[in-house]
Order: sequence, then C-alpha cells, then structure tokens
Amino acid sequence: MSKGTLFDKVWDVHTVGTLPSGQTQLFIGLHLIHEVTSPQAFAMLRERGLKVPYPDRTVATVDHIVPTENQARPFADTLAEQMLQALEQSCKDNDIRFNNVGSGKQGIVHVIAPEQGLTQPGMTIACGDSHTSTHGAFGAISFGIGTSQVRDVLASQTLALGKLKVRRVEVNGDLRPGVYPKDVILYIIRKLGVKGGVGFAYEFAGTTFEAMSMEGRMTACNMSIEGGARCGYVNPDKVTYDYLKGRESAPQDEAWDKAVAWWDSLRSDADAEYDDVVVFDAAEIAPTVTWGITPGQGIGVDETVPTPEKFEESDRPLAREAYNYMQLEPGKAIAGTKVDVCFIGSCTNGRLSDLREAAKFAQGRQVAAGVKAFVVPGSEAVKEQAEAEGLDKVFEAAGFEWRNAGCSMCLAMNPDKLVGDQISASSSNRNFKGRQGSSSGRTLLMSPAMVVAAAVNGAVTDVRELL
Amino acid sequence: MSQIHQIAGRGIPVKGNDIDTDRIIPARFLRCVTFDGLGEQAFADDRQQLGGAHPFDLEQYQGAQVLAVNANFGCGSSREHAPQAIARWGIEAIVGESFAEIFFGNCVAIGVPCVTASSKDVAKLQAAIEADPTATVSVDLDTLQATCGELTIAVTMPEGARQSFRDGLWDSCGQLVDRAESVKDTASALPYLSWA
Repeated sequence: MSKGTLFDKVWDVHTVGTLPSGQTQLFIGLHLIHEVTSPQAFAMLRERGLKVPYPDRTVATVDHIVPTENQARPFADTLAEQMLQALEQSCKDNDIRFNNVGSGKQGIVHVIAPEQGLTQPGMTIACGDSHTSTHGAFGAISFGIGTSQVRDVLASQTLALGKLKVRRVEVNGDLRPGVYPKDVILYIIRKLGVKGGVGFAYEFAGTTFEAMSMEGRMTACNMSIEGGARCGYVNPDKVTYDYLKGRESAPQDEAWDKAVAWWDSLRSDADAEYDDVVVFDAAEIAPTVTWGITPGQGIGVDETVPTPEKFEESDRPLAREAYNYMQLEPGKAIAGTKVDVCFIGSCTNGRLSDLREAAKFAQGRQVAAGVKAFVVPGSEAVKEQAEAEGLDKVFEAAGFEWRNAGCSMCLAMNPDKLVGDQISASSSNRNFKGRQGSSSGRTLLMSPAMVVAAAVNGAVTDVRELL
Repeated sequence: MSQIHQIAGRGIPVKGNDIDTDRIIPARFLRCVTFDGLGEQAFADDRQQLGGAHPFDLEQYQGAQVLAVNANFGCGSSREHAPQAIARWGIEAIVGESFAEIFFGNCVAIGVPCVTASSKDVAKLQAAIEADPTATVSVDLDTLQATCGELTIAVTMPEGARQSFRDGLWDSCGQLVDRAESVKDTASALPYLSWA
C-alpha cells in the first residue's frame, strides 16, 4: 500500500470517515458540471427533495453539445437547446456559477477550470466526465464520475469511494524534436496497456515531466483514463505555481504564500512508498499515431501496423477487429495513410500552446486538396488569445476552418461529425469505433503538430520531415 | 433500498475485450435530459453493423438478466448512460474478466452488481450460456459463485461494493447526506475553501 505520496496526503485530508461498507466518504473540493451528465442528477435531487449545501464548490459550463459554427440561440438542434436550458435552469435554482456561451468564460470544462485558476494543487476534483483526470496536472486528485455520483456530490459534497493504489510512472530525459506530451502519454498507454492502470492512480514523474509545461502536463494527465487509470497527477512545483499565480480564482496576496507552503507540503515525500514503479526513457519516444480502435493501439509514425503475432494471444481478436474496422493492413507503414478530415482541438489538445505549435507548422503551408481541416479552440478565452496573436489568420490562410469553442468532433455530439468511413487525423483522445459521429468513421490519434503534417500532405506524415 | 444477495435469470454473452462505453451507448443518444428509452439503444451501432446477429438482438437471449463479458468492459467515457442502457434493456448483474473503474462505480450506484472471474471461467460461462440459453444463470454475492446449469465458477468483487449490495446500501446518497456534520468538520479543516 502506498505511503507518503501526494495521493495519500490529499486523500487523508479529504476523508470524512469510513462508511459501513468500508468505503471512504471523501470530501470533494471542486465539482465541475456540464450539460450532458448533470440533468438527470438534478432531477434525482428534485425527486428526493435534496438541496445543494455547498453551491459555491460547483462550477458549470456547456461544452459537449455546443455548435462551433452558428451559436445563435435557440440552437438549431432542439435536443441540444433543451439540454442547455435544463442546465441554465438548474444552475439558477441552485445558485451555481455558470460559464455560459458568450460569457467569455465558456469552454471545455477541463480547459476553463485551469485557466480560471479554479483547479489548484491539493484539491479533490470530480466531474461527470472521464477526462477530469486532466486536473491532476496541478497535483490534485481528480477523477471522472457517473451521474448518480454527480447527484451525490451535489447533495453532500462527498462521494463513497475505495482508495486507489499508486503507480509512479517515471519518464526521464529530453523529448526529441517533433515529440510532444501527447506522444509521451500515447507511448505510456502503448507500453502499459489500456487496462494497465485499472485500480491505480498514476503519479507522472521524472525529468521529462519536470521540464514539461502545465499545458503539456494537462495533456498527459488527461489521457490517464485511456490507460485505465481513473486519475493521474504530477507533483506541484514552480511550473505549477507560475501558471496559477494571478489567475482569477487563485489565492491572492497573503493567501498565496500560505497556499504555496501548503502545496509544497503535499508533494510526494522523497521516501514515499508506491504500489508499483515503472521507468521509461524519453529518447525512446517517437511521434506516435494510433492505428487501431483503442488508444493503446499506437505506434511510432515510422513503424508499420503490427502483425497479429506481435500480440499476446488474448489481444489478437481485438487486433483483427481493428485491422478490419480501420481497413489497415498489418505489416504496412502507417505513414502515407490517406486522411479525409483533420481535427485540432479537445480537452487533450485544444489549449493555447497546442494551437501555437500547430500554427508554426501551418504557417506558409496549405491543406491538401480534398481534405477538410478545422481548428476548435478549447475555450472562449483560448480563442480570444489565439486571435490576438493572429493564429486564426495563420490557420485560415493555410486552409483550416477556425471555429468557436467546444468539444466538437472529439465525440461529435454537436454538428461536427465524420461521414461514412471517413478517416480523421485527430488531436483528441479516443479512437473508439464510431467515436467521431459516424458508426463506420475511423480515427487516428496524434499530436496537433502531426495533425497539421497530415493535413498538408493529405496523409499520415512524420512531422519531423516538416521541422 | 433493497439488499442484493443473489441475481438469477437467463444469461447473455457479449464477447470481446475493451468494449468501451461509446459502443455500449453511442454519444448521439446522450442528447437527452432523462435516461428513459436508453434500453432500446444499447449497443446501437454494433447491432446495426451485425444486422441482427448481435446477442442483444438474438431471439434466444431476449429477456436475459445476467450479462457475461470479457476484459476491461465499460472502458472510456464516464457516461452513466451506458449501465443505464444495459439495465433498462433488462440486465441485473454482469460477470466479466474485468471492468473499467468508472463503469463499475456507476453500476454500483444503480444497483447492478459486476463480479469478476478468471478468463477461463468467463469463457466457460459464455459457452454454457450459448449451449443452453434457457438455463438459469445465478450470481451469488454471499457465496461468491456464479452458476449456469452444471457449471459453477468462483467470482470476486471488491469488499466495499459487495458489502453495499448485501446491506442494501448501494445507493450511497442517503448515508452521505446524513453525515453533514462530519462533512462540515472536514471542510473547515481544508485551507483552500477560504481562499477563493
């Protein structure tokens, strides 16, 4: 059992007590909600006559169903409009802060909470969304929950949970040119498997993570869940504090110094005990792209689609299902695979640094004929800042569409969807069957820079050729 | 809230590792404000692609109550719509090699026990159900066994969840709300609540 890790310390200070089942009642310091997984939770509260005792600990936004082109109300999609209205009403009835479209603060829930300084080290953070693991980048314990649990948090500000084990995932060394945090996490998932993290929190550590920006750490923590780990985190340090300082909801003045002292005390001890430790070498990581139907089915862009005998017997049926669904031949190079749609955005890679990096590669180049390419900023604030820097003009000149903020084609609950068996180069997080809105649509996951490389060549391309 | 000790009913196998919640309930069906009607949409795209050959469409499995699955079932999105769809189709318990964490927790919250068994035993159970879809499959949380006809396999479940079902406390909301005073004490000891 782990001891002296940040996970243990944060868990302990948030423990209310032990329930009759033996589970822990854990206090949730920040509860984030959006329109998809909360309406039923509010309905359950109403049915049971329960109130929200800590309304200031919940913050809402709308992201999944938001159209990224025409945002005039009412939305053209009446179901989407109905969901937004339900959330507006629930927030009003319960005194919950709501970052609505047009407020300047709307965006993907995992983008806006960090940028507003709501996400802080040492917190417990829950949201009805599996990518809540993102916030662990700040040294928070942060995880996705279902709708009944959203109800529990609204009604009690707590959850009934069993404690996770802690695995230290250490990566050391400099990332090679053209290699990004997205590649690091895709590599980790490839190595540890999509179920390798079940039952664990991942502590990301080592010199590679220490040197990584906050936004890079968010990208890595975001995809912990794709490796089966409900929560992933990085110990807070100067990088964290520099990012947070001065943000709207971050502690100010004297509170800031107290906060930093408390945050420092929560870092995993030098002699902390872990349930497991794995170590990787950053030099081994190449620009990575997925070829299959789980985020674990990834390879270096210079590799070939693995043949069945490369897999354990138990993984072969899934590999065969993937060749068939993706229409990719085992043994063939992944580079050169034609793409139809290129998507830059999502809670994984829709932040300002992602757009800046993508724009560097788009500058002076053109999207290939027949390819649809679009950029969806992660939040209204990201959009505003990107426009102030002229990134929108760079993308548009290169032939990318520039959209409004939202989850968009990561999961295609809005009008942005693949059609038929179109294949996308996507900076998002899931390549599941049907994920991007068409039941036969295909997804290749990669970094935003790699998406630009695919867009300009109309095919999967090693971004290092564009350096 | 009822105690759950044993579930018994006919079985249905859905084979394959890493079946994610997008496959269990595609995102377009999440455009709703209630869970009503989700049962009919369970595995919608997989069923459409198999043209009637998906177990959820096969005649012999209609009315089944115990689902037998393989490894990492329910991975991906946290959408409770996934277990809700399965439960509303009629499933009351799931036996699998392993479950994704959030999916498992969602199942506890809605009173659907998920138990795990070895890969070999799950394969035997799936084969037994296929051989005789009319056989009663039972999942017993007291003895930690699942049976199908002559077949008996050992199953496991994390103790906290198991206890919640056996004590009838799987819907944790009431217990959590009842401890409001202790919650207040914990909150008052957290430095950050007064910073914002």
